[in-house]
Amino acid sequence: MWIYEKKLQYPVRVTCGPNPKLAQYLLTQYGGPDGELSAALRYLNQRYTIPTNEAKGLLTDIGTEELAHVEIITTMIYQLTKDATVEDYEAVDMGSFYAIRDKALFYSDSNGVPWTATYIQAHSDPITDLHEDMAAEQKARAVYEHLLNLTDDPGVKDALRFLREREVVHFQRFGEALRIVQEYIDAKKIY
Amino acid sequence: MMERKALMRKIQDVEFALVELQLYLDTHPFDQKALMDFNCYSQQLLMLKQQYDMAYGPLLQYGFSPSPYPWKWLDSPWPWEEQF
Repeated sequence: MWIYEKKLQYPVRVTCGPNPKLAQYLLTQYGGPDGELSAALRYLNQRYTIPTNEAKGLLTDIGTEELAHVEIITTMIYQLTKDATVEDYEAVDMGSFYAIRDKALFYSDSNGVPWTATYIQAHSDPITDLHEDMAAEQKARAVYEHLLNLTDDPGVKDALRFLREREVVHFQRFGEALRIVQEYIDAKKIY
Repeated sequence: MMERKALMRKIQDVEFALVELQLYLDTHPFDQKALMDFNCYSQQLLMLKQQYDMAYGPLLQYGFSPSPYPWKWLDSPWPWEEQF
């Protein structure tokens, strides 16, 4: 089971809001292909067929941390849009976002393409799955770098840098889990 | 007693160290020094959370934090509404 903790993993303070356009850019890390929801669901879903305890632990713990990252992203989006007026949306050609759901969140990428389970994979083969996870961390890192290029807001940049760093650490840990899995498979062959 | 936000920041710092150590220990389960750090921060976290729960209401749901009277779960700001 999971226990909710009434706090953010990392403090978020948007420096300059409202900025619905920036919120739209960030949306892809909520419900986009390389977003935090995809990450959490990918890892938690792979746990049942991964053979080693180290990898089961890592998928559980990183999968859980990704849920905390979902909340960091939504907090930034919330702070960037909470005081936005209809005119603010119109001024940046986001009337279509406002028309569909006002300020409500939706699991989609920045272009409004809805989240789909085809963004994530699982094959039972632990080498395949861990490579999928390492690739996912690199893709998310690249997206965070794109987002950093799209904003000057110091508060948003600070949170994005934290999230980018986490992708790097997760990539490192998945690489170690892959090495352990490879040793496990080799040891089985000798036996 | 620290101000609520300062205490929250302290908890965030200690918990971050613990997240980092937990992931590291998953792939280095025999690193005794890392485990000592983990247990040390875990003790610190326990004390900080007790302090927070009693002063500002439960940090965790489902009984993992006690609540003063009346029910305080709803009193502290929701994470997305927090002003850091």
